[in-house]
Amino acid sequence: MNRVKPFDHLVLILGTIFMVAPVVVAFMTSTHTAADIHMNGLTLTPGGHGVETYKTVLTRQGGFTGQVTGARMMMNSLILGIGFAVGKIVLSMLAAYALVYFRFRFATAMFWVIFTTLLLPLEVRIMPSYQVMSELHLLNTYTGLIVPLLASATGTFYFRQFFKSVPDELLEAARIDGAGPIKFFIDVLVPLSKTMMAAIFIIMFVYGWNQYLWPMLMTTEERFFTLMRGIKQILQVWIGSQIPDYNEAFALAVLALLPPVLVVVVFQRWFIKGLTESDK
Amino acid sequence: MASIEILNVSKTYPGSAARSVTGIDLTIRDGEFIVLVGPSGCGKSTLLRMVAGLEDISEGEVRIGDRRVNDVDPADRDIAMVFQNYALYPHMTVRENMAYGLKNRRTPAAEIEARVAEAARMLELGPYLDRKPRALSGGQRQRVAMGRAVVRQPAAFLFDEPLSNLDAKLRVSMRGEIRRLQRRLGTISIYVTHDQLEAMTLADRLVVLNAGRIEQVGAPLEIYHQPASTFVASFIGSPAMNLIDAELSGSQLRIGGAALPLDAPAPAQGPVTLGIRAEHLHRAASGLSFSVDFIEELGAQRLVHGHVEGQPLTLALPPDAPVADSMVIAPAPGALHFFDTASGQRLGAAAPAPRAKGVFA
Ligand SMILES: Nc1ncnc2c1ncn2[C@@H]1O[C@H](COP(=O)(O)OP(=O)(O)OP(=O)(O)O)[C@@H](O)[C@H]1O
Ligand SMILES: [Mg+2]
Repeated sequence: MNRVKPFDHLVLILGTIFMVAPVVVAFMTSTHTAADIHMNGLTLTPGGHGVETYKTVLTRQGGFTGQVTGARMMMNSLILGIGFAVGKIVLSMLAAYALVYFRFRFATAMFWVIFTTLLLPLEVRIMPSYQVMSELHLLNTYTGLIVPLLASATGTFYFRQFFKSVPDELLEAARIDGAGPIKFFIDVLVPLSKTMMAAIFIIMFVYGWNQYLWPMLMTTEERFFTLMRGIKQILQVWIGSQIPDYNEAFALAVLALLPPVLVVVVFQRWFIKGLTESDK
Repeated sequence: MASIEILNVSKTYPGSAARSVTGIDLTIRDGEFIVLVGPSGCGKSTLLRMVAGLEDISEGEVRIGDRRVNDVDPADRDIAMVFQNYALYPHMTVRENMAYGLKNRRTPAAEIEARVAEAARMLELGPYLDRKPRALSGGQRQRVAMGRAVVRQPAAFLFDEPLSNLDAKLRVSMRGEIRRLQRRLGTISIYVTHDQLEAMTLADRLVVLNAGRIEQVGAPLEIYHQPASTFVASFIGSPAMNLIDAELSGSQLRIGGAALPLDAPAPAQGPVTLGIRAEHLHRAASGLSFSVDFIEELGAQRLVHGHVEGQPLTLALPPDAPVADSMVIAPAPGALHFFDTASGQRLGAAAPAPRAKGVFA
């Protein structure tokens, strides 16, 4: 079982190279000047302009209003990513708790309604959602950006399955121990769901972080720009013979990569720890 | 002074047509250890869970102390329960597991501390207090589950097959531990098991259930020696009591072609079901001719399986008793039980406990 198999390693190494190569190319290219890149294309060798490019990208006041920096965009993306992840976890846990532990009529029907919305992508309901937000005067607010996307069929589904796997005796023991519904949720279910929460946090954070269409519709003010829009913005240069700032686009792309990677690395530890430690 | 009264309690599960538990009447005195025993699906857990408050009581009344508890929350019934799969909170340490119920009742921290320490000492859990349940063996988890019940100092302990996840040896020692603990605390205990040996060894009084009804209530030996029906006779005792078709005519007992004289007046006439414990049969000069099929050696005794007049029969003989392929056997005096062939109910007065002859009893 534990014997080192050279072939397996070869496959792993090749796979890793395949996945990592584009990132390396993006990073290396971002350290050259825009003119360089325009002439020589993508490179694998480091150039001498890395530090200044990243500094510019993070701090230069850009856009039409000159208000928005890379750091600002990064913060917006973070707000979106974390807001999505936390909000979705809270909402879907509560929904799943109600579905699994409370007997009310049509609970199963309700679940299936929620479940079928899994199949509908955001884009299908994007216009009605926009309409609602616009009438509530929530365009150009973080609330408007985050709240409409919080209801999560995926999250509800996962938490429901997880709660169903928690033995009934645990609930019964808690009832005898004098824990009411709220106490049981907070004292028993939430700690037991850590693993699940970590998994969903990863998924939802990346989902929120990568939103492009939704923020574009919901916000017109530049102070709400996310990284994804920033990258797009840089490449949209129409004036005269100016070369797009490829280097800056690549730098932003690399920066955009870091937080999700960080989230995965941090939560994966917790995730695996949870998997190996807890026995329900 | 606590007592539990179960008055004509029945249970019909929603959506099921028949009752799962029917007309149970039982009064449990202070300090009594009651064991509910019966085959799988006979409603033991259902009855226990109705006392615990985990199932609604469809009909009848349960009283704990002098309170009717039908509509009282499980937490307020002053009971503690030990589950088969322990149901420990996996993310809490042993200490937290035991303290959780007290904390929810707003017991002062110092008192919680003291009670947990006392329970840990009693159950020898001291070294494990700061471990999580996953780092404990099955027996230790079981003790934690008991500790969680003990710290509450309830009016009654309810056990639902608490030992059936343990291996045979541990089960025997835990059985002793539970009994000792209960003696010491003098708390009413209701204990559910399908293991008749566990039932016999633990109970002050045994309640034998069959298909949701009480078949017999009594002290273990009383039930062993005077089973009220063929069901109880075959369920309590190992090996199970021999039950064979026979006929009473006059003062004679006929089994097929063979006949035995009765040493007591016949309680009935005509066809009956005859019950004889394996250890109440022995070799004799005259009696029934028994042909041996096979022998099970148990060390302390040997079980000889065979048949009489075409009907299967088991004998428990001392290990050194000679066995022939075919031998003549006779029952010990006063060891015959008679049951109605149709209803399975015991016929006639209870037989006096028979003296076993030539057997360790
Ligand atoms: N939730 C339920 N809904 C409907 N019927 C049930 C439910 N729980 C139990 N029953 C039925 O009630 C009867 C008694 O069940 P119970 O669990 O009390 O048996 P038991 O004596 O504890 O058996 P075991 O030794 O297998 O645990 C069974 O026939 C079972 O099918
Ligand atoms: Mg049961």
